[in-house]
Amino acid sequence: MSAPDPKMTESELPHAYAARDPHVLLRVISKFLIPLIAIFGFYVHFHGEYSAGGGFQAGVILAASVILYALIFGLDEAKRAFPPWLIRVGMSLGVLLYGGTGVVSFLKGGEFLNYSVLNENAISGQHYGIIAIELGVLCAVTSVMIAIFYAFGSRQPETSDEDW
Amino acid sequence: MAELFAQYNYVIVIILMMTGLYTIFASRNLIKKLAGLSVFQTSVFLLYITISKIKGGQPPILLEDKKYGYDEDGYALLDGPISVAAGDASYILPGPGSDVIYSNPLPHVLILTAIVVGVATLAIGLALVVRIREVYHTIEEDEIEAADFIYNLEGTAD
Amino acid sequence: MTLFAAAEPVFAVPVLLLDISLMALLVVVAFAIVRMRSLFAVVMLQGVYSLVCAAWFVSLDAVDVAFTEAAVGAGVSTVLMLSAMLLADRKSTPVPMNRQLGAFIVVCLAGAAMLWAVGDMPAFGDANSPANSYVGTDYLAKTAEEVQIPNVVTAVLGSYRGYDTFGEVVVIFAAGLGVLLLLGLNGNAGRWVARPNGQVVNDRSAPSAAYAKDNRSEDKKKSGEAET
Repeated sequence: MSAPDPKMTESELPHAYAARDPHVLLRVISKFLIPLIAIFGFYVHFHGEYSAGGGFQAGVILAASVILYALIFGLDEAKRAFPPWLIRVGMSLGVLLYGGTGVVSFLKGGEFLNYSVLNENAISGQHYGIIAIELGVLCAVTSVMIAIFYAFGSRQPETSDEDW
Repeated sequence: MAELFAQYNYVIVIILMMTGLYTIFASRNLIKKLAGLSVFQTSVFLLYITISKIKGGQPPILLEDKKYGYDEDGYALLDGPISVAAGDASYILPGPGSDVIYSNPLPHVLILTAIVVGVATLAIGLALVVRIREVYHTIEEDEIEAADFIYNLEGTAD
Repeated sequence: MTLFAAAEPVFAVPVLLLDISLMALLVVVAFAIVRMRSLFAVVMLQGVYSLVCAAWFVSLDAVDVAFTEAAVGAGVSTVLMLSAMLLADRKSTPVPMNRQLGAFIVVCLAGAAMLWAVGDMPAFGDANSPANSYVGTDYLAKTAEEVQIPNVVTAVLGSYRGYDTFGEVVVIFAAGLGVLLLLGLNGNAGRWVARPNGQVVNDRSAPSAAYAKDNRSEDKKKSGEAET
């Protein structure tokens, strides 16, 4: 954004900035909101055992915060904040974490996804297992949602602006 | 009159389901067809969730056994079998002799995952629509069929 | 026989009023989705529809489901449909009446058949219905001892039905892969180039694409002539 005309009076200045950047209000408010949305996502995830919430909801909320960032600041900025390689890793890591929890319980002498054998105390074993698979769900859902948005967002539209 | 309101949830679910089905059948725009599909899908979610609702129930998150106070005659307000967990938490259980009713959690679990899978499959459908649009330059079903028909008729070999 | 035979639990009047107004809103929005021709309006109304649905889920005690529906249906799915619409069309062409009639008759028949079956269903809010009797109550009774977390939905999702959830996560992963294969993470999938006999052919200059484009422009010309 270039500097406004120096001959302008002080009362004209805000209007000049607003004319150059019509989305300034959106930018300011979303800069305030995006960290809150992300923190809320993590709260929903880690408090999911005690109240409504869990990996699925938290994954979608985290993805929504990145999508909001991309909508306001552009897709290239969002790709610098949440790079595409992280998506590829996250997608597979989530499924592997879930399946891996099952395999670990399998190797420790229980059935596949039987968390009771993960610790000597069966109850803490259940807790460990649920925490691990919820993390896997969080990784997979967040990455897939952001991947889908990136795929649609970076496709070049063939229609012209006159169609709007 | 009372019977009329005993099963009204099914009537609403059927109306919504048929609305979605009609959109899929009647409209020829592919994106509108997908919108109809989501309406249909949501009506199925509503069917499951309304079945799991129990009259006087509350969300299936176990209440901790704090003292909820006493009524005028000195009886506890919330009463029921109590399960003591490993820590210091104890939860009020449902069942005979219990004041607390929880709604059925099983349909909630099924629908919770179905919603997220639903948006993922919707994205697949939209991706297919985008690719169709790039090749055929239209997303109207009859125009796509016409293009296919002419293409097959002339049988260009390549 | 009467249509509404097996009837017992009826909710208190305030709950009934809330539920019925939310349902009426849902039906109105669904009908509007059918009638609208602007795809932008259809997508926005779908977000509204999901939000009303989420409100009703809260009233039906399904707080986890309401949470998911509000985040997915009103948030992510609306954004996805908007971005897909940006890559496709803005308006749908009107469908002639004779094409709508067949669909309308089929839908009415199917709806009537299902309404006929409503009398056999358990009442709304029935605690003793088959769906609310067996395994759901077992989960409620045993979670406090076996898993010891208060949110029964999370316990069932993660522990009792871990296989189901594993399957769902794999489905989401597969759907994500499918979108990436169709469109590409950077929006470049399907933009192929081939060089037969030193001559460059890509998806824009391929015979099939040119063919579709020609037909489209000819159709437009024809319809334009017919209009004038």
